[in-house]
Parts: sequence; C-alpha cells; structure tokens
Amino acid sequence: MSNSVELPIAKAINAGIQKAMSRNDKVLVFGEDVAELGGVFRVTEGLLAEFGSKRVFNSPIAESGIVGTAIGLAMRGYRSVAEIQFDGFVYPAFNQIVSQLAKITNRSEGHLSMPVVIRIPYGGGIGAVEHHSESPEAYFAHTPGLRVISPSNSNDAYWMIQQAIESNDPVIFFEPKRRYWQKGMVNLDSPPSTMHDAAVLREGSQLTLVSYGPMIPTALQAAEVAASEGISIEVIDLRSMSPIDFPTIINSVKKTGRLVIASEASTSFSVSAEVAAKVAELAFYHLEAPVLRVGSFDVPYPPAKLEELFLPDADRILEAVDRSLSY
Amino acid sequence: MLSPEGIFEVPAEYAEYGKYIERLNLDDFLKFYRDMARIRRFDNECTALQRQGQMGLWVQALGQEAAQIGSGYGVGPNDHMFPSYREHGVAITHGIDLMSIIKIMRGVNHGGWNPEETRFHLYAIVLATQVLHATGYAMGVNFDGLVGTGNPDVDQAVITYFGDGATAEGDVSEALLFAATTKAPLVFFCQNNQWAISSPVSSQTVVPLYLRGEGFGVPGIQVDGNDVLACYAVTAKHMDDARNGLGPSLIEALTYRVGAHTTSDDPTKYRPADELEYWQARDPLLRFEKFLRRQGVGDDFFEEVAKAGDELAEQIRAETFAMQNPPLENIFRHVYSDPHPMVAEQQAWLEGYEASFEEGEPS
Repeated sequence: MSNSVELPIAKAINAGIQKAMSRNDKVLVFGEDVAELGGVFRVTEGLLAEFGSKRVFNSPIAESGIVGTAIGLAMRGYRSVAEIQFDGFVYPAFNQIVSQLAKITNRSEGHLSMPVVIRIPYGGGIGAVEHHSESPEAYFAHTPGLRVISPSNSNDAYWMIQQAIESNDPVIFFEPKRRYWQKGMVNLDSPPSTMHDAAVLREGSQLTLVSYGPMIPTALQAAEVAASEGISIEVIDLRSMSPIDFPTIINSVKKTGRLVIASEASTSFSVSAEVAAKVAELAFYHLEAPVLRVGSFDVPYPPAKLEELFLPDADRILEAVDRSLSY
Repeated sequence: MLSPEGIFEVPAEYAEYGKYIERLNLDDFLKFYRDMARIRRFDNECTALQRQGQMGLWVQALGQEAAQIGSGYGVGPNDHMFPSYREHGVAITHGIDLMSIIKIMRGVNHGGWNPEETRFHLYAIVLATQVLHATGYAMGVNFDGLVGTGNPDVDQAVITYFGDGATAEGDVSEALLFAATTKAPLVFFCQNNQWAISSPVSSQTVVPLYLRGEGFGVPGIQVDGNDVLACYAVTAKHMDDARNGLGPSLIEALTYRVGAHTTSDDPTKYRPADELEYWQARDPLLRFEKFLRRQGVGDDFFEEVAKAGDELAEQIRAETFAMQNPPLENIFRHVYSDPHPMVAEQQAWLEGYEASFEEGEPS
C-alpha cells in the first residue's frame, strides 16, 4: 500500500523542496521574503528553521540580482530554488533569464550546467492589484534553453518541484497561485511520471480538451458538465509548456477528432497557439473541426472587479466545445 | 607609482600597496612587459585580420594593456575571473589560448574554453551581466567556507571586469548590493577607458566611478590604469583582502580606449584628436619601457620582444586562415544538459534535409 497524505498545493511544493534540500545540501532557497516569513504565500515556510540561514535566505528586492546570482551559484555547483514573488515582477530579471540563464550551457559548449529553478506564482483570480495576476509563460516557453512546467494538483506539485530541482537545466516553475489552497492526495513513494509528460486526467471520446496550471479544475468542471449532457470530453493536463508532450495530445486527437485548448494567458502567440499549430501539422486528416482556443483577451490584465469576465470559465470552454461539435 | 617618465615612487599613504611591488623581481617586470607587448601585437594583428574579412568583428584592448596585464597577474591561483568582452590581456595572464578569442569574433563558437579549468570565465557580451554572475560565484565561495580560513593555499576570491559604460546598468548596482550584504569575496574592477562607444564617461556618471560603491558599503579606490605596477599592486592587495574575509571592494582603473569601440566604430566622428594625443603620451608600454631601461634593461630585450611579436603574428595569421567552420551538429549541441525531444527532432530534420542534397538531384 502506498504512503500518501492530503496536502494543499502550496504545502505540497513546500514538502517537495524540503525533500530535495534534505537529499542534497547544495540546494539553496532564496528570494524576497522567503526566510522568516516563508514567502508571501508561505510556500517556503519552515525551511529556514530546518536548514538554516546559509541555505534559506532573503535576497534584496532585486529580481535581476536574484537570477544573476543564482547563475553564479550554479557555476559554483549550487542548485538554487529562487522565488520571484509574483508573475508581474519577473521582468526585471528577464535579461538574466533569457540572455544568460537560458544560454550559458550552450555558450560554454556544455562545460557549464545551469541547474536553477525559478518559482513563479502565476495567474489571476485572486482579486489582486495590477501585476499580480499575469500568465507570462509564453515568453519563457519561446526561449530555447529553458524548461517551463506547471503543476495543477498537489501530487504533481510535490513531485515536479523535486524533478525541477534535479534537472541540470534551468526550469521556470509556474505555480497556480489561485489553487495554492486546493487540497489533494500526494503519493509520497513514487512520482506519477517525468515532469515533461502530459497527463490524461479524464478519458473521453468526442473531444480533446487541453489545458494546464490553474485552468485544470475549470477544464475538469467543463468536462463534467458536458458529460451530464451526454458529451464525452478527454481532458489533458499539459504539465509542461516547454517541451510539450505532443505524442499524448496527438494520440488523443486522433481518437476524438476535435481539440479545444484552454488557458488563462492572452490567446495570441500563446502556448495554446503552439499546440494548435502542431496538431494541425501532425493530425490534420484526423480533425473533424478547426482547433479552437479559449483564453483571455489580448489586452492588459484588467482591474480585479473585471477579472471574472476576463478569465475563461467553464461556460466559455463549453461554448467552444459546442462550436467544435456543431462544426 | 610610475611617472610617465618611468620613475618609480610610492607615495607614503600607499605604502601598503608598495609592499606588493617590493616582492617582485626583474623577471616579473620583464614578464609584464612581454605580455603587454604580446597582447598589443595580437590586437593589431586581429584588427588587420578583421579588415581582411577573417573575422566579423574585432574588439580592441589597445591602450588598456597595463590595466589588464597588471590586474591579471594580481589574481591568485585559486581565484576566479569574470570578464566582459575586451579582457584579452587578463585572458593571457591565465593561459587562455588567444586563438579561442579569435574563434568568438570569427563566429566559430561563443567561447570554447572550460571556465572551471581556466578560472577565467567566458566573455559576456550583454553589459554587466557577468558582474552578477561573479557575485553569485563569490557568494558560493563564502558558502564553501573558503574565505578567511587563515590558509592562503585554499582561500579564494573572485574578480569581475567591466567598463565605465557598464556601470550605468542596474546589474552593477544590484551586484554591489548583493556583494555588500553577503560580504562576498569579490573585487569589482572597472576599467574606465573614458568612452562607451560614442558616449563619454560624463554621460554615465557625475561622480568618480570609484565612489560608486560607497553608498552600497563597497569601498573604492582609483588607480592609474596605464601603470602596470600600480594595477598589479592594487589588484593583488584587494584580492588578498577579499580572500581574508574583508568583503568586496571596487577598483577604478583610469585608462583610455586608444582604438575604436570595435572595428565597426569610427571614433573620429565624436572624439577630439588632442584627447588621443594626451593619452598616447601616457602609453602604458612606453612608460614601462622607460622604467625597464632605468633598471638597466637594454635593446637586446626589446628586440627579442619585437621578434616574438612577429612570430606570434605569423602564427595567428596561419591558424586563422586554416580555421575550419564548425560542423552542422554544433547548432543543436548543448542547448540543454539533459536530453530534449524538440531539439533532437529538429536536428534529425536538418540532417535529413542536408543529406537529401548529397544523394543527388532532388526528384
């Protein structure tokens, strides 16, 4: 019988980091307010007490400095788990991530590895002020040299953070902040798969619904509603936005003939766009309808009182499902 | 320490730096001169090769030889160096093959040496990025407990090179702050060569750059960057201090970019000619030659150095002309440390596409 425990996503990430730090004393945790406070979402709570201030420490409020020093520490053999406090605060570090972190292994012809994890709480739905609700994953998925992943449940959160820390490549680890308190069972004995495998969360026969991160509960809800109306939807959690597990998606689309992709990010030039393009390329003759994307609009994230209208919900996903099925 | 006439004198208030020169002997002085002459000859030869189309670009270090050779020799055998992209002089003081710098500018690779072996890290093209990497590295040295152990054979420090232009980048300010708050064993070595492409240093700062660190808690010192002995002494002393646990410091070496920013630049459009004359009169090699002659070094030595320069130039030309283009698979190599399906797929496609031409006419 497997050893399992129920944890909210935030605690599962915490437990995963704790495990990685116990296993390898080169793993460091730093960022803004991560030490005594445990981060503004308490994801790193308790780590300072357990591992001490040489391994868990607050950095100055300087995102480029956080990533730039994580790079130097990687050159020295340390594996940093660096927290960027909110999605909208990552841009001061963009240069260090895109021009340095992502390229140094290539620049050095493999002499240097960059085992750096950058944790970013992302997405909206928490009624926050500007810059606290964004979905910037496409910037990083577009950048060669990075790996970009996002768990949608506690078990994945626990295992994927450990897999990210074990990776010898830089990983941008997007945490679905509005789901931090969503509870789920964590199997403490063995990981569900590698961090880059997509997961079929619900089997179905009439339409494939691909999503990831904070939109997964919404996608599952949509599938449930559809089932009550006799429509069978297969729900796939990407888990990894770069690289994307296309074989799992293609296999599903070959079975269902229809694809809807749902994400919180602005729709144009998005991860969803990449999935759509690749499916058109690899499963063209299996498609019974155009691939449809459900996302947010191509405008800045609105003030919180408008975000419910801005973010896709189960109804908007079902609207796309109806369009696909009636095509 | 050295006057333009080559007279050596240590002002009383800098006696602690003077001690570092007292430890040197004539062989060290000759080595400094040989390397300054070697890197100047290399520089001039590379400029010529660029003009002949052998390189896309050349970045001259002309005029900055003393700052680079002097400080390079002030770096200890366990220390790590994080250069910008003009530090050819520092590179040769730590055994970097000059041809590997040519490869970068020719477009063969982005830097072929192993930084862990050479301790001289790769060139950083985006200004000031390397200053943060050096800071993180120095933080790691601290975590490893290799600072202030009392055993000079194991203690380590880190030095990072950047220019006056780079000081305007936020990364330098953030690095000063991180280094100060973590008491990192790090020396910030700013070569103020007066120009950032066409922008004079007055457009980057209104206070002398050696004061830039004060507000962060990083003490600074200004040194004559065209005096190889002073650059050696200041670097050696500050690296010792960093290794001994005294924390970071900043050195501003006043020097001059005698050449262009790169071979793509034309300084005659923005730079007054009399300024060049002023600095050429303070040329680091001429000054050190005067010093050496005062020490009794004769024509024989300088002729030997000139001959070695001719041989170097010939060798560089031959090796550059013989340089092969990198193979196709290098496009896809080392993008990731661990296997990656998309990169593998795209490599397989390009290889198949290329092979389709080798098999004969496409049908």
